[in-house]
Order: sequence, then C-alpha cells, then structure tokens
Amino acid sequence: MQAVSNKVAVYRKEHFNAAHRLNNATWDDATNKAIFGKCNNPNYHGHNYDLIVRVTGVPENETGYVMDTKKLSALIKEKVLDKFDHKNLNEDCSEFKNLNPTAENIVIVIYNLLRPEIKSELDIQLRLYETERNFVEYPV
Amino acid sequence: MVYITRIEHFNAAHKLFNPAWTKEKNEDVFGKCANENWHGHNFDLYVTVKGIPDTETGFVFDAKKLSVIIKEHVTDVLDHKNLNVDVQFMQGKICSIENLVIGIWEQLKNNLPETTQLHALKLYETPRIFVEYFGE
Repeated sequence: MQAVSNKVAVYRKEHFNAAHRLNNATWDDATNKAIFGKCNNPNYHGHNYDLIVRVTGVPENETGYVMDTKKLSALIKEKVLDKFDHKNLNEDCSEFKNLNPTAENIVIVIYNLLRPEIKSELDIQLRLYETERNFVEYPV
Repeated sequence: MVYITRIEHFNAAHKLFNPAWTKEKNEDVFGKCANENWHGHNFDLYVTVKGIPDTETGFVFDAKKLSVIIKEHVTDVLDHKNLNVDVQFMQGKICSIENLVIGIWEQLKNNLPETTQLHALKLYETPRIFVEYFGE
C-alpha cells in the first residue's frame, strides 16, 4: 500500500447524561451559594454532556486509519460512558470525591482516563459540551 | 390562524422511580434511569400558541411576553433543580417527560390569558428523545 506521511485528525462524538452540583466543602453554604449560584443546589441538577474526542496522527500504511473509530467508540464507552452515564458525578464517581465536577475538571478526568489507552504517537484533544452553549477543551 | 412557537431550555436532575415498587423492580423497568442518586439532562421546551394576528399589533401573542410567562412559571421553577425533590407540581408523580410535559401544560394554561389558545408543547429530554402534548 502507498504510504502517506500527512497528519490527519479523526473525531468521535459521544454523549452521556449525568447529575452534579458545584460545591466547595471547605466553604460555608452562603459562600458556595454566592460563588456557584443555582449550580450549588444541594439536590443536584443535570446535563446532557457531549464529548468530542480528537485523535491526530499519520494514517497507518496497512489500514489507512489514524485510529479505527469503532475501536475509539468502544474505548470511550468502556472508560468514560459506562462510568458517567446516568450517574451522579458527585456521589457515584470516585474521581470527584474531592474534585468539583465543573466541565473543566470533568474534561481533565476524561483525558486522564483515555490517554493511557491510546497509542502514544497519537495526540488526543477533547471538547466537552455541558450545554450547547458551554463547552471546554483540553489539553490546550 | 397562525401558530407561534417560543423555545426555552432548562437543566435539571431526576430519576424514574415508582415508590410502590421494590428497588429491584424499579431497576428492572427503568434501568439506569432509576439510579437512586439521580442523573440529569438539558431539556428544551417548545411552546406553541395559536390565533389570528391582532389587527392593531400584528401579533398572535407577544413572543417576549410569552417568554416572560414561561420563565416565571416554568423555567424558574425547573432550571437547575431536582424534578423529584424541588418541584411542587411534580410531587407524587413519576418524573418521566410524559408527566413533566403535562405538568408544564397546567402551569402555562393557568397563567396565560384566558383568551390565549395554547396549542402544543414539545419537550426534549435529549436531542433524540422528545414528547409532544396538545392538552388532550
């Protein structure tokens, strides 16, 4: 097969639905309410999160793939969606026992779950939508 | 007759749970939606009012006023809330989108002017799951 040396980015979009609240346990209720507003509701609220995983690298000679998107999908499902979908991020997910589940912290946690599972010669970057209008990217 | 629609949105937690059933039966019927620690969604609400445009304003219903009524009686009540715990009009009901859309209809019907014809509500729980309700 003809070899190519051009870098290409492939993207896989997945989603999960979860509850959370933003709260700093070292602050009193009034401070938490002042800083986090309605996101501090002690009874939680929730979102449909959309996760876009970008994998960048040179397509393999033999397959033409940077990474098989079906395998990428299965990996995201196993490492991320099965952990977070239909869960309470604060209560059900050990990653957020002592970490506020902001979109910023969630995207870093997801990166750390995925990075060891993807070949080191491939770069990954994540975009996480908390709502259609609020999203984060990591790493930058 | 013209139909005018206002789109609003809110984010909330809920769970699907029938208190008359055991935990096992709830998990069997509602699956991961029965998670006792809740999960959540970004909900989109489409409110459609119908009528003949007013001769003086050209409006079926002032869309800005419609937005204010929806905000006061629906989104302020639901946004960043736990539907099972925090929302009075869902007390004693299973918090499915079917029941939620009926509850929202009652909220709006009771707070729109009597002459206003509320035609339909469309409520999205995810981009791929939505319900419609016509007050029937």
